[in-house]
Amino acid sequence: MPAPAPRRADLDARRDRWFAHSLKAAALLVLAVLLGAALSTLWGGREVLIGHGLDFLASSQWNPVAGRYGALAPVFGTVVTSFVAILLAVPLAFGIALFLTEIAPPWLRRPVSAAIELLAAIPSIIYGMWGLFVFVPFMAEHIEPMLDASLGQLPVIGALFSGPPLGLGVLTAGIVLAVMIVPFIAAVMREVFLAVPTRLKESARALGATPWEVVWHIVLPATRSAVVGGIFLGLGRALGETMAVTFVLGNAYDIHASLLMPGTSISSSIANEFNEAVGNHRSALLALGFLLFVVTFFVLLIARLMLRRLARREGAT
Amino acid sequence: MIGLYHRRAFVNVLAILLATASTLIGLGFLASILWITLARGLVAFGMPLITRITADGAQGGLANAIVGSLIIDCMAILIAAPLGVMAGTWLAEYASRSRLGALIRFMNDILLSAPSIVLGLFIYMVVVLPMSAWSNGAVSFSALAGALALALIALPVIVRTTDEMLRLLPSTLREAALSLGVPQWKLTTQVLLRAAGSGILTGVLLALARLAGETAPLLFTAFGNNFMAHGPLDKMASLPATIYQYTNDPDPAMHAIAWAGALMITLFVLALGMLARWFLSRGHLRHE
Repeated sequence: MPAPAPRRADLDARRDRWFAHSLKAAALLVLAVLLGAALSTLWGGREVLIGHGLDFLASSQWNPVAGRYGALAPVFGTVVTSFVAILLAVPLAFGIALFLTEIAPPWLRRPVSAAIELLAAIPSIIYGMWGLFVFVPFMAEHIEPMLDASLGQLPVIGALFSGPPLGLGVLTAGIVLAVMIVPFIAAVMREVFLAVPTRLKESARALGATPWEVVWHIVLPATRSAVVGGIFLGLGRALGETMAVTFVLGNAYDIHASLLMPGTSISSSIANEFNEAVGNHRSALLALGFLLFVVTFFVLLIARLMLRRLARREGAT
Repeated sequence: MIGLYHRRAFVNVLAILLATASTLIGLGFLASILWITLARGLVAFGMPLITRITADGAQGGLANAIVGSLIIDCMAILIAAPLGVMAGTWLAEYASRSRLGALIRFMNDILLSAPSIVLGLFIYMVVVLPMSAWSNGAVSFSALAGALALALIALPVIVRTTDEMLRLLPSTLREAALSLGVPQWKLTTQVLLRAAGSGILTGVLLALARLAGETAPLLFTAFGNNFMAHGPLDKMASLPATIYQYTNDPDPAMHAIAWAGALMITLFVLALGMLARWFLSRGHLRHE
């Protein structure tokens, strides 16, 4: 062999190594971002987290003037609005997925599923504006007086639905969040419903099952873990959503039994106050951010684990 | 027997009706949001919107916010696209069977839906605060910080599409090139990335569409500015942050401008979505 040939190969080998290393460094950046987001907010919130200790989680008092910071009210608001959103979004998303996979005629499926996907593409600030200017007055004039007069008068659940028709509040925020997360849950459900083998469904139909029975007894059990994964994915979105909630939640550090009363959430507290906050106030908001990040991380972790299990099983068969 | 048969048929019809109703509810919300945005956005739509700046308030426009958004979004994509394509390539071509690759792919999916407001806080802590400390407060909030925060949101989208698009390519493509003695880096950059190009571009466009409406992380990174920014280290206005500010204003004239801005963002996002779809369909045609 002439001399230049091995040198060329050496050069290629060196370039290959450099290339692989730089690609790997870029990939490790993903881990660095997640770790950095957690550590930087933890570091920024250290004064309040250490200074207040467990009181930070247990106290409902949020008083920047007195220097008291308790996370209970924003945590309560985040959890309750997300819970309301999931409660409303899951049946809605299931209905949409059912419609798109079993009921709609084939020519209608593509446009309708594209339209539902569009719901996910609309930026959250637009949801917020629409919520504040259109949906809040609608709730105040029509829905909330009706709820107060009907459900609000019942013995046990009455406390949830009684109160002045402000429009702004936990229920309104939950509904707006539900509309935002429906497309995510519906997309996962539709995808896994379509992945169920046709012969399984056809066998059930051949035995005389109605389309609904096929979905309820065959499709849903076969896709249960992915459906739960999709729901957790929606929950993760709902917990961290900021703009839509900030506009319609009312921004009040209160904890009420009634869903019609205003509240606050972790993300809306941060969005509203961060730029005016100094010292311990800022530290408390960063600590809230840390809390939010850790909670959504674990919710999304569960979601992805559930979704991965299905993918693996599909790969095995 | 008849009773059972009728009950099952009834439940089936009920399920079909409820499923159709939920689809109509979903479509109803979509129609309402789009219609309201269009109807209220057109009221203040006009030349002053793009020629005048936000310092003029209710008589002004959104010129500095539009320019700011374009600059911040473009900077964010320029930062995120190369890094995202590199990371996605590593996942698909170098680490498809390694445990670290599986971990990063998994974590990337989590980052994809992580709360954007916390990513804004992260950039505030690691970019805004240190820059302010180094420059003795001369530089604090900046367009660069805003772009970095948005880049973190775009990154996982681009990583994921690159990874997926590369893994869709037939392995014969790799084997053919390798059997000719082509080194891996050349194979990757000149064969694989080229073949997956339209798919990756789709991912970049979708990432841009997601950035266009992001508000929360910009509040404490790029902040806002009622005038044209002087450079990437200056505070910079953006459409979403301006809309947020105007919506909180009691003056209805400000709300009209906010709706016009909202309409602009919505049209931009819809156009990008359609463009992405078109690229994807074109890519498929070429492969077949």
